[in-house]
Amino acid sequence: MRSELSQSRPARLRHAIDGLMTGVFTGAGLIAIAFIFLIFFFTLRESLPVFINPEVKEEANLRAFFIEAQPGDSMIDRYIWQPTSANPKMSFIPLILGTLKATLVGLLVAIPLGVAAALFTAEFAPRRLREVIKPVIELLAGIPSVVLGFFALIVLATWVQDLFGFTYRLNAWNAGLALGLALIPIVFSITEDGFTAVPRSYRDASLALGSTRLQTAIKVVLPAAAPAIFAAFVLAFGRAIGETMILLMAGGNAAITSFDLADPLRTLSATIAAELGEVVFGSGHYAALFFMGTLLFVITFISNTAGELVIRAMRKRMQGEG
Amino acid sequence: MSGDSWVPSVLPAYRRRPLLDRLWVALLGLSVVLILLALFLILGNIAINGAGQLSWEFISQPPREGLTAGGIYPAIVGTAMLVMIMTVVAVPFGVATAVYLHEYTPAEGPRLAWVRFRASAGRKGRAKLLLRFVSTLLAVATRSAVANLAGVPSIVFGLFGLGFFIQFVGGGMDRALHGGEIVWGQGNLIWAALTLALLTLPTVIVATEEALRTVAWEQREASLALGATRWETIRRIVLPAAMPGILTGGILGISRGAGEVAPILFTGAAYYLPYLPERLTDQFMHLGYHVLILSTQSPDVEATKPILFGTVFVLLALTFLLNLTGVLIRARTRSKMREGR
Repeated sequence: MRSELSQSRPARLRHAIDGLMTGVFTGAGLIAIAFIFLIFFFTLRESLPVFINPEVKEEANLRAFFIEAQPGDSMIDRYIWQPTSANPKMSFIPLILGTLKATLVGLLVAIPLGVAAALFTAEFAPRRLREVIKPVIELLAGIPSVVLGFFALIVLATWVQDLFGFTYRLNAWNAGLALGLALIPIVFSITEDGFTAVPRSYRDASLALGSTRLQTAIKVVLPAAAPAIFAAFVLAFGRAIGETMILLMAGGNAAITSFDLADPLRTLSATIAAELGEVVFGSGHYAALFFMGTLLFVITFISNTAGELVIRAMRKRMQGEG
Repeated sequence: MSGDSWVPSVLPAYRRRPLLDRLWVALLGLSVVLILLALFLILGNIAINGAGQLSWEFISQPPREGLTAGGIYPAIVGTAMLVMIMTVVAVPFGVATAVYLHEYTPAEGPRLAWVRFRASAGRKGRAKLLLRFVSTLLAVATRSAVANLAGVPSIVFGLFGLGFFIQFVGGGMDRALHGGEIVWGQGNLIWAALTLALLTLPTVIVATEEALRTVAWEQREASLALGATRWETIRRIVLPAAMPGILTGGILGISRGAGEVAPILFTGAAYYLPYLPERLTDQFMHLGYHVLILSTQSPDVEATKPILFGTVFVLLALTFLLNLTGVLIRARTRSKMREGR
């Protein structure tokens, strides 16, 4: 075969092209890297007025967000998010509570189901079935969250209300259920990876000692993959905290300070989505919304980093022992 | 089996599954069934209620009568244009970044690079080793930034798009070029597409780097030993071998971008437009945003329901086709790799 590379072009030209491409790749890489850091930097910058700008600080400050309570008897009256009223009240408490409620239900759905399904797939399903289950559950991850939100709002909410007789159609149960569907693929794929990474020798040893496959799965494989389950939990938590469309559509959009899972709710992310469109640029409200974004950023950053570290450590250990 | 009588006595204990065991396994299997059931309930419901809506009129006409009649043509076109611009930006940049990270930054970690630099005290060419150390640091920082960016909530990208692209860049362009008249300083096609491109960038980068990693070093060395330059090696050896992985990552990233709504809420999606976007500074309609509008702000919920289901069906069909292609390519390459081992 004739090498077109070396014969069609003089060496000097080839090396010039090589140098040019090195520049192109380095440039493209550096631009992408710059943008990635810009996101970190810019969201933070827009929320800085909360600390610095005296005019903004007047109404939007950390005390107002997390501590300050209005006069009143009930939690609902004391912690209020009403950023656009004549006397703006900017307590994050009802929004944080809404976020946590939805996250709680979502995790309650996704962790047990996802882990159990992963254990079955990794330990008991025949190879052929496994090759079917995995891509199908991955399809679930491919459903856009706006579609899950739509489904929870239009269809699921009615079913759930008919089944349990809730006063409000849209509540934490309904939104959390839909959120759980979005979390299941995350939990499933991470724990399934964890289970299959458990060295074969562990199973062989357990089986050789006379335990059944179920005993092996529950008492040997499950504990050995505990870091994977932890990582799945942390990463699903991060995703749940930041998920927007499902909660915006199916949560009921009521920023009330309530611990009741049957009440409608409003999350931090949904608040940004609902209010940023009409906000006055540079106002206290604007800075408060960006501060929420920063908050979401920091929380997801921590949970993702923790998850990644655990997964990496686990991979290393399993490789060492395998 | 009858011929088993010689088998040592431990084995039957492993083979025998007591009733309770079987029950537990069935329970674990039930969770798989439940998940699949939920998936099929959602897809089935949407298919049954949505597929019937499809007609030539539905996909070729704009909405009429306050979104309660007509079709979704502008939303389909808007989504397609948005996704195309996003792809044109995200895929080349993502692939180039991954190639830079994997092929151009030193293969060793910062620790080793530092040790080498320290050990070279008093020798010529130290500056080069220091540069090498700095670039390993940059690579590590970038990899962790990319990994983290993949987990950043999509609404934060929306915040960034509004604050950076629209106000900072767009506003700045207006002040400089248009004397303060608002042309670029508002939501439009290009800002929304760039915001989405940033969102898909990590997916593309991670997938491409993973694909590059599967190409054996020996292949590169063989190419270089034959006198090919680095670029020729990348172009003729590395990229072709990594192509399936890159394709999968690209497609999965694009399909994620196509379904995301949160980042475009404030960066250019329009409630209703009687015309199609013609310039990069035009706003656009979008399938996902249309779903949000129809299901939360419709004046007549019952009347819009058929259109709503139809829109969801089209959106889902679009993202699923993309997704399925990606998953299939990946499954094929994975099983090929397994056979190859």
